[in-house]
Amino acid sequence: MTALLKVDRASKRFGGLQAVKDLTFEVRDAEILGLIGPNGAGKSTLFNLVNGVFAPDTGKITFAGADITGAKPYLVARSGLARTHQIVQPLTNMTVLDNCTVGACFGRENLPLHRAREAAREAIAVVGLDDRANMLALHLTIAGKKRLELARALAARPRLLMLDEVLAGLNPTEVDYMIGVIRQIRERGVTILMIEHLMRAIMSLSDRIVVLNFGQKLAEGTPAEVAQHPQVIEAYLGNPKLAAELQGSGEHV
Amino acid sequence: MLSMPRRPFFWIITLAVVAFALAPVYGNDVSLRESLLLDALYITLASNLNLMLGYAGYVNFGSIVFFGLGGYICVWLVNSYKWTLAPSLVVAGVCVSGLALIFGFGILRLRGAFFALSTIGVIEAVQAFAENFTPWGGSSGIYLPASIFTPLGGPAHALWIIYFIMVGVMGASLYLSYAIKTSKFGLGLLAIGQNEDAAAILGVPTSRYKAVVYSVSAFLPAIAGGLYFFKSAFIQPSDAFDLSLSTEALVVGMLGGQGTVTGVAIGAFLYEELRGYLLTSSTFANFQLVVSGALLLLIVLFFPGGLMGWIYSRFPRTQKVLE
Repeated sequence: MTALLKVDRASKRFGGLQAVKDLTFEVRDAEILGLIGPNGAGKSTLFNLVNGVFAPDTGKITFAGADITGAKPYLVARSGLARTHQIVQPLTNMTVLDNCTVGACFGRENLPLHRAREAAREAIAVVGLDDRANMLALHLTIAGKKRLELARALAARPRLLMLDEVLAGLNPTEVDYMIGVIRQIRERGVTILMIEHLMRAIMSLSDRIVVLNFGQKLAEGTPAEVAQHPQVIEAYLGNPKLAAELQGSGEHV
Repeated sequence: MLSMPRRPFFWIITLAVVAFALAPVYGNDVSLRESLLLDALYITLASNLNLMLGYAGYVNFGSIVFFGLGGYICVWLVNSYKWTLAPSLVVAGVCVSGLALIFGFGILRLRGAFFALSTIGVIEAVQAFAENFTPWGGSSGIYLPASIFTPLGGPAHALWIIYFIMVGVMGASLYLSYAIKTSKFGLGLLAIGQNEDAAAILGVPTSRYKAVVYSVSAFLPAIAGGLYFFKSAFIQPSDAFDLSLSTEALVVGMLGGQGTVTGVAIGAFLYEELRGYLLTSSTFANFQLVVSGALLLLIVLFFPGGLMGWIYSRFPRTQKVLE
């Protein structure tokens, strides 16, 4: 398997806070790579570095063989990288369909409007929002908005999909549904990089996991390997319950 | 674009333009023509402002700069270089649009209130330039001789020609608003208006789109300005760069429903008719800004979607026909 996304010794500092430090990892073609770590570990910052919201202070980011270090977000999107946001960012006064059409129009395939609508409808069907396609985004429930985030990113027909806590705030039924959707997306050949706090989900979905702490890579490996990793357990010791959960789910994989 | 005429809204615009053009012709009604000319002007200004305000979500207080600058360039070419009206109008439109593109890349880095303030700065700067630029007559402006109307068949005939061009400019503004709204470009602008950061992450080239729409929104108002001041045969900085006209264009947009084509046009029509009434009635003379201020307050408080927002919610089916 070749690497689709390579992050090479990337660093980012905000004033006195070293959010990401000398981080190197890669996402391989067609895998699901889970990104975990305590709050403030630099996971979302890493997403922002990759898709161009911030440029890294040092280091290099390569996507599908092209250097995208510090490239503008719209160019990164066009090159085939789509993402969702931890805090949902719907285009509130536009319909679900229009939201996804924006994603399709300006995504990897740069589709004309009528073909973008088709792509948008497909993506909406994948996440199961068909019945709400003509609803304004602002009228969706939080679970609906999470699905919209996913549909909109998917409509861009990306090669790499970056999911920032799409399961947070959902009830168990909704979580199960979303896990099914993510599996389905992966089966379509989309590579996925996902941040998730919900251990049950990340352990069962990921092929590999990268653990971040204080902006640095703490561990990397299969879910089972990571769950056994002494430093990972230590990092989570501030929250012993989570460490136990991590180990518990790791053994079941 | 080829499939556009099949849509009913295209024909609604065409019908409105034809009605405007023909109404004063019957009975040779000159006072109706003058009143409709101002309506057409307001519709032009408000529709083009709507591209910025209603689509891209940027409050532009400086939209009047396009109108005034277009007026200056046109009047200047006619007066100093003895150009005829048509090429002067085109050159005015192209120059102002080009300037707007250059300016746009700069000031559209600002957002929200900062952008709005900077557009007022643009008015002040351009007005100061006009007041001190000798070829434009400084603060006393430029007077055109009566002979400018001769190539158009004398003053009476010229006023009709000017009226028809103004109606054409209004029609072009409406078609433009409609074409942009139903295009990919328009979808990108609406996304910018809703959430600029999210739009960029979805792949919308925000800086370029904003600068282009700012420039596009300058073209027809500049031509309208050229026509208006050619018709008056006189231009001076305080008339050309009157901030209150900018404010009125904003009020009109909000009155009709920003982001809609129909609403803004109807809003402009109603507002200008009301203004005409207030100006001519002895009780309310010079009162129109008070009225527009009060209207703005009432709309923001009770009808944030404007006239069209209200119509859409009362008659949801109209959404499919009226853009």
